[in-house]
Amino acid sequence: MTFDWQYIVDVLPHYKTALWLTLKLATIGIAFAIIVGMICSIIQYFKVKVLSQIVQVYLEVARNTPLLIQLFFLYYGLPKIGITLSGELCGIIGLTFLGGSYMAEAFRAGMEAVTKSQIETGKAIGLSNLQLMRYVIIPQAFSYSVPGFGANCIFLLKETSVFSGIAILELTNTTKNLMGIFYKTNEALLMLVVGYLIILLPLTLFLTWLERRVRHAEFGN
Amino acid sequence: MLNSGISVLFEGVNLERLLLGLLVTLRVALIAVVISIVMGILIGIIRTSKSKLVQILFKLYLELFRIIPILVWLFVIYYVIPANFDLNLSAEVVALIVFSLWGAAEMSDIVRGAIISLPKHQTESSKALGLSVSQMYRYVLIPQATKRCIPPMINLITRMIKTTALLTMIGVVEVIKVGQQIIEVNNLEHPTISFWIYGFVFFLYFVICFPLSRFSRKLERKWAT
Amino acid sequence: MSGQIPILKVKGLTKKYGEKIVLNGIDLEVEKGKVIAILGPSGCGKSTFLRCLNGLEEVQGGDILLDNESLINKSTKWREVRQRIGMVFQSYDLFPNLTVMENILLSPLKVQKRNRSEVEAQALELLERVGLADRANDYPRQLSGGQKQRIAIVRALCINPEIMLFDEVTASLDPEMVREVLDVIAQLAEQGMTMLIVTHEMNFAKLVADEVIFMDKGNIHEQAPAEQFFTNPQTERAQQFLNILQF
Repeated sequence: MTFDWQYIVDVLPHYKTALWLTLKLATIGIAFAIIVGMICSIIQYFKVKVLSQIVQVYLEVARNTPLLIQLFFLYYGLPKIGITLSGELCGIIGLTFLGGSYMAEAFRAGMEAVTKSQIETGKAIGLSNLQLMRYVIIPQAFSYSVPGFGANCIFLLKETSVFSGIAILELTNTTKNLMGIFYKTNEALLMLVVGYLIILLPLTLFLTWLERRVRHAEFGN
Repeated sequence: MLNSGISVLFEGVNLERLLLGLLVTLRVALIAVVISIVMGILIGIIRTSKSKLVQILFKLYLELFRIIPILVWLFVIYYVIPANFDLNLSAEVVALIVFSLWGAAEMSDIVRGAIISLPKHQTESSKALGLSVSQMYRYVLIPQATKRCIPPMINLITRMIKTTALLTMIGVVEVIKVGQQIIEVNNLEHPTISFWIYGFVFFLYFVICFPLSRFSRKLERKWAT
Repeated sequence: MSGQIPILKVKGLTKKYGEKIVLNGIDLEVEKGKVIAILGPSGCGKSTFLRCLNGLEEVQGGDILLDNESLINKSTKWREVRQRIGMVFQSYDLFPNLTVMENILLSPLKVQKRNRSEVEAQALELLERVGLADRANDYPRQLSGGQKQRIAIVRALCINPEIMLFDEVTASLDPEMVREVLDVIAQLAEQGMTMLIVTHEMNFAKLVADEVIFMDKGNIHEQAPAEQFFTNPQTERAQQFLNILQF
């Protein structure tokens, strides 16, 4: 296996652009996913009528279908009934749709970890349900959910590779295109792997560290 | 307008072709799952070894599949092997290799987790009873660990099935590819066809994965102790 | 003091979990400024009784009157009642995500919408009184159990309640920390706070309580002035209970 290093240097700017795009789309998608996930799990926590059934259906659909099909449907299917979205927007929507269901699961576990006695104490000092949510349950559930959120972030970052199916020029698609033009397979794929390692390796290490820290600073009441 | 698209779905052999495509998808998934389970159990047991070298080596293997996206693995095997080793692998074989390696890595982690979470006194009392190592696994550890393994294994299988959607990206003619072929043929006449085909494939995946994840949740609740 | 109108009146209070009767028609009158200790073996319903008074349990029968107003009806605004009846729990349950001061200020500011500087001044004064003024900006995890429990008491007091309920507040503390918490409650008794105290600390009950209620199996078996209860219990169950505790 040989590598043409000069070629790698030449295409570096393409990968840099692709890396940023991957990061940008992932960050936006993940941020929205966390918001969607939290809203969904709060709706289910309060067992809001009708809404919580809708949320349940959404969670099942999002979790039991592949992201690629979700994206194909958004990108190729929807325009045919009059809804046209750009590739990047589809990517963000798809990632939010998929990620929201995973984040909801993580946050639900976090909310369930808030003890009954914390909630009763909140009531005993006269907090309303809304105040209880805002000052007691959500902040605590959030810290309990950090490991779950982290694992989902890694999962969703990797899922951005699927964006290559809808013509977004992120890392994987850039690689595919460059391979198609120059036939420098080894070099392109090496850069692809390195690109993901650059994003995911530090994140994985950071999350391992963070998880240990969070556990260390455990509330312990 | 909308109706013309959906009618194509049931026209001629289109539906049959899609379902045959689905069979290809499921064939890859099924073979990979079987290999993964067998290899995963073996590797999982090996990973409970006290040898640091064994632990690090297999941890590295697992992390490689956790950090690098599966689609990238598919591309790497699909393009690198023919280009460097004068060996032509069909896309389906590449898919089987990647899915089996990935599945085995994840399965091994489930198996290992289940074994090491068993209380230590189970191992100690089996030894005290004079059981050999293989007897200990056969009669004591494996039966107990199985219950802890099965729900997460089903979840992993669901994930593997969902991930087969990526096969189309390396040119396996599976359900999505067949869908795209049908779209290409009918697109001009029936513009809404892609909405229906992709919607249908979406539905197919859901119909397969949803019962599986329900089943795993049910077992999880039933076996929770 | 006799002849005064009771601030809290309980009539035939009944609580069931399914078929199981936990409170079997409790009657009680509490006069303003009185300290009542509620004693009894575990599982006798004493904690459940306190929780009913604060609306944390639904009751199946009877009535609770606060200043002659019934609390057992649909229109009761428990959030308002809870500002008049404070409660402290065994598990202290400070909110771990908030500092000591934020814990104390939460309800006065957000529920009662009082003026921040006024509440802060009151909080500091109360913290001073329990000897923890220097811990205002600490997080709960930095405090010992006894300190957390004193803060929990301050948090309840800062809402300016008319009655305080203490539910086994020293039960999960190490023995050497029990004293610092009981001292705070004894101080409150001296200042004339109306209190209902569920406790296992007999000596403490003897010292601060005006009256003792002895409960068993969901009933009040004996109600007597503290002095009399401890020296000369009338019912056989209460005698047994005290004997067991004294070896």
